[in-house]
This record gives sequence, C-alpha cells and structure tokens, in this order.
Amino acid sequence: MEDVLLEGRDLKKYYPVTKGLLQRTVGWVRAVDGVSFKVERGKTLGLVGESGAGKTTTAKAILLLERLTSGNILFEGKDLYQFSQSQLKTEYRPRVQSVQQNPWSSMNPRMRVRDIVAEPLVVNTKQSKKQNQSRVLELLEQVGLNSGHAELYPHEFSGGQRQRIAVARALALNPSLVVLDEPVSALDVSIRAQIMNLLKDLQEQYNLSYLVIAHNLATVRYMSYNVAIMYLGQIVEYGEAEELFKRPLHPYTRALMSASLLTLPEDDGQGTEQIILSGEMPSPLNPPSGCRFHTRCTEAAPKCSQEVPPLRNVGGGHEVACLRV
Amino acid sequence: MDATRVMDWEKVGGGVRRKRIISRLTFTIPSAVLFILVVTAIFAPLLAPYPPDQIALLDRLMPPAFVEGGSTAHLLGTDLIGRDILSRVIYGARISLSVSLLVILITASIGTGLGIISGYLGGRTDAFLMRVTDISLAFPAILIALLFAAILGPSYWTVVLAISLLGWAPYARLIRGEALRLREADFVAQARIIGTSPGRIMVRHIFPNIMNPLIIMATLSVGFVILTEAALSYLGAGIPPPTASWGNMVSDGRNLIDTAWWISLFPGIAIGLVVLSGNFLGDWLRDKMDPRLRQI
Repeated sequence: MEDVLLEGRDLKKYYPVTKGLLQRTVGWVRAVDGVSFKVERGKTLGLVGESGAGKTTTAKAILLLERLTSGNILFEGKDLYQFSQSQLKTEYRPRVQSVQQNPWSSMNPRMRVRDIVAEPLVVNTKQSKKQNQSRVLELLEQVGLNSGHAELYPHEFSGGQRQRIAVARALALNPSLVVLDEPVSALDVSIRAQIMNLLKDLQEQYNLSYLVIAHNLATVRYMSYNVAIMYLGQIVEYGEAEELFKRPLHPYTRALMSASLLTLPEDDGQGTEQIILSGEMPSPLNPPSGCRFHTRCTEAAPKCSQEVPPLRNVGGGHEVACLRV
Repeated sequence: MDATRVMDWEKVGGGVRRKRIISRLTFTIPSAVLFILVVTAIFAPLLAPYPPDQIALLDRLMPPAFVEGGSTAHLLGTDLIGRDILSRVIYGARISLSVSLLVILITASIGTGLGIISGYLGGRTDAFLMRVTDISLAFPAILIALLFAAILGPSYWTVVLAISLLGWAPYARLIRGEALRLREADFVAQARIIGTSPGRIMVRHIFPNIMNPLIIMATLSVGFVILTEAALSYLGAGIPPPTASWGNMVSDGRNLIDTAWWISLFPGIAIGLVVLSGNFLGDWLRDKMDPRLRQI
C-alpha cells in the first residue's frame, strides 16, 4: 500500500493576460493545466520537462508562493486550502522546505552562514540561542561542512558548498517534504554527484520525501522513485523511474531521452534511434487542440489534433497520455 | 614591434596607477576635510579666539589679516558689529553640521522605512505611499520650508523639521526601487518558504541589502541640506540671530558684499568645502559599491 504524503489533484494555474487602459483580460496563460501527482513518504517524485512546461509553477504552488487557479493540494490527506493561516504556519510551512536552483542568489549576502541556517529555527521555534547554535553545527556537520564555516559569509563558498548550506537550511526544521528545484543544475558536473549522494543519504536517514524538478534526465533517473514527464502544463507520462526509462512510451519522452545521451550499457539497443524535435514548444497562451504535442510529434496521426488523450494506465502504475500507444 | 608593445604596457600600467591614485585622493581629501570640520565644531570653544557673539564696535568691519588694513587680532576680519568672523565660522560649523546630520538621519529613516514598506508590500499600500511621495516631490521644498518656518517662527528645530518635511521623498523613491528588485530575489522567496513574517523579511533581508545606495544617497545629500539651510537663513527663516550658522552669516553679509566681502566669503567657502567633500565622498562610495550592487 502506498503511503502518500502530498497529493496534487488537477492543479491549474492560469495567469491572466491583460490589455489596454482598463486591464481587460484578453486571455490566459495556462502555465499548469490539470496536473495530478502523488509524492510518497520517503520517496522521490521527479518532474521533468522543458523550460515553460510548468514544473516550477507547480513547485511554487506547493511552497505557497503562488495561489492556484483551481485544484487541490492534499497534505497527509488534508486539503491545504482548508487550512487556516495559523495551521499553515505551524503545520504545513515548517514541514515543506526547499532547495533552490541557484546557490548564489538563494542566500542573503549580508548574513553569516550561522544565521542563514538558524533562520528557520528562529522564525518557527522558541528555542534558546544556544540550542539553535548547537543545532546549526549539527546540521553543518551532516552536510559535510564544519563549525569553522559557520562564521563565514555565503560569498566565501564555492557553489557546491553553498548548495550544502542550502540543504542544511532546508533540513533545519525536520521537514517531511523537500522541494528540490533543479538542485544540481547550477553546479559543476564533478560536484553534482556529491550533492545528489548527500541528498540520497539524508533521504534514507530521515525518511524524507523529495519533489525533484529537473530538465536533466540523468539527475532525475538517479534521484527519483517515480517520474512525471511534463509538456506544456500537463503530465504526458508517469511511472516508476526504472520502468519509464527502460520503456518510454510517449513520443515526447522518447525524444527527450534520445536528446540527452542517457544511454547506459544496460539500455543496449535503445537510444540509437535519434528523434529530433522541430520547432519550439507552442505558447501556453494558445495551446494546440487535441494532443498538445501533436504539432511537434513525429508520429502524429490526424486524430491527434482533435482528440485530447487522457492519461491512462498501461500496467504497473505506468501512465501515458498518447492516443497512439 | 616588441618595444612598442612594452611601451603600451607601461602606458596602460601608468593609467591604472594614476586612476588608483585619483580614486584614493577622492576618498582621503574629502574625508580629511570633513574630519577637520567636525573636530573644529566639537572643540569650538577651545579653538575659537573670541566668543562668537562678542560685539566690539571699535573693531567693526575689519578686513582679514592678509588684506591691507587688517590685523592679526582678527584673522578673517570682523562683521558689521565687530564680531570675529573666524570664531563665528568655527561656531557656525556646529549648527550647520549638526543640522545636516539630524536632517539626514530623519529623512533617511522615514524614506527608507516607507520605501521598503512600499516596495515589498506593493499593491494599494505602494500606490498610496508613492502618490504621497510624488506630491512631496512636486512641491517646491524651499517654499514649504519657508511656510513652515513662518508658522512656527525661526529656530534651530524649525529648520530641522522644515527641511525634513519633504526631504524624505527622494529616499523613499530610491529605496522603493531597490526593495522592488529585492522582493523578487531568491533569498526573499526562500525566507517566505521558511515562514518568515513580512516584517522580519523587511528588517532582516531587505534592509541590510539596501545599505549601499542608502549610504551613497545620504552622503550626497549633505550638500543639499547645508545649502537649503543657507537658503532659509538667507531668506530670514533660518537659524535666528545671534547664533551663528554658515547660512545666516552669508545672508548677513549680502548688503555689504562690495565693501566687506569677507563677511560672506569665509562661511561661503566652508559651505562649499562641505558640499564638495560630501559629493566627492558619495561619488567615491558609488564607484566602490557598484560591482557589489550588480553582484546581488
């Protein structure tokens, strides 16, 4: 039986496009258009897609930085929009933390590492300064830094070290879910594995759930238990990482994989076929009719431009939204 | 070929060195001038040869020592009622410098506070506060200050309040822009994720990061405040006599400018020195802080 920590049900986020003096709404940018997913306790869900696919908007909705147009987010089975402000502050915020993409801008340049990591504790708990400090040192040690680093400012660290600080900050409150928005994409390739391994170790140790957002398939494959492939605000394929990477069904997923040189020895025979997508992702302001991918799909049939493909189960929890599968 | 290249390098090196020296001078000279003036103001009773409002009718309108007819008893001469100009310039520094300091403290605090609130909260608060700021900017400051002084009567505190009344608006505009930029910064989003309250975000995360433009703005406005005080005094709405301020000294001498030019000149030079030093220091700070501003 799966133990769901956070569930998104039919999430939609439309941004109004206004025009003229009276700010008339002339259209909607459908950044996220009917996305559903589940993050299981202690496991990782990877969200993959091109820029503009709606990954970050989804993450922002979960982190309460954006208000959804419609849809529900359920945290341990309870609807977030039924929470009162004070419940959000005490029962949700501290338990859902995040690590951002850019370790150079995600820290206040005027604060010492000690204060950066202690900030969640100061804001959310009534612990004494001394308790906070010992917790900070404990956290720094866990992410592979030492107490000497506590007195320094963020600009005195390398990207990888800064991302470790960001991880320490995210863990300060013992969260249940950590949203990792492109956690390693700003780092040198040589540092990425270190940070990913650190995150995996911490996940095991604290039974953390992760929502990993990435456009790098290798990152997602390494980190994730489940993977959702997003295109133009919708999920086109969903499944367990190994299954999905071994047997990609949606033409978009296959194109992504052929483009990313993911080929491992055991994937023999796959990835030889090169699918090159033409054109750019259509505007979410005016998405194509039917299957949103049909304008760029190499296998599009006439019906693809008319029928909207539902996300349907093809066995073993593997879901795909394509009429041709 | 090689020789010219070496020469070019020397030229480049020399240019860099010259630039560095100039940059250092634009810091040392103005800060030394301001330092000396502040020390003079603090130790005025020890440094001034006479009490500032001691009248000596026998010595009236005495020219400075280096001019024919002058005496070393009054190095910078005396005014219409025989008061020693040097002593009055020294005592005047107390008034003029403390007025600028107070006004800058008041205007910078109000402007920064409103600017951060406006920029971070946005929406209606922002619209309202910015309209108030626009109105304040649109008024001719000197006229309002005059009106204010006319109602309350001229005094030290009237001058401070009158200049502060509208002086906060440019700070509010500048700081709002900075706050607006910082509101979108990743570390502010992170603070919200952590659960930091808007008040704490403004104080702990926005305020420390607007210090650079704030310091520069404050140094640049030293000149503005001293000149406004001088203008008010010149118009008779400033520091009331017999207290000496640089502004009212310039104003006292205006009728005798062709015969007893020294009455206005020396306080005028003092004003000029402070204004220039303030501007140079502000420029220097701006140049120093620029790359770091972009870095954030």
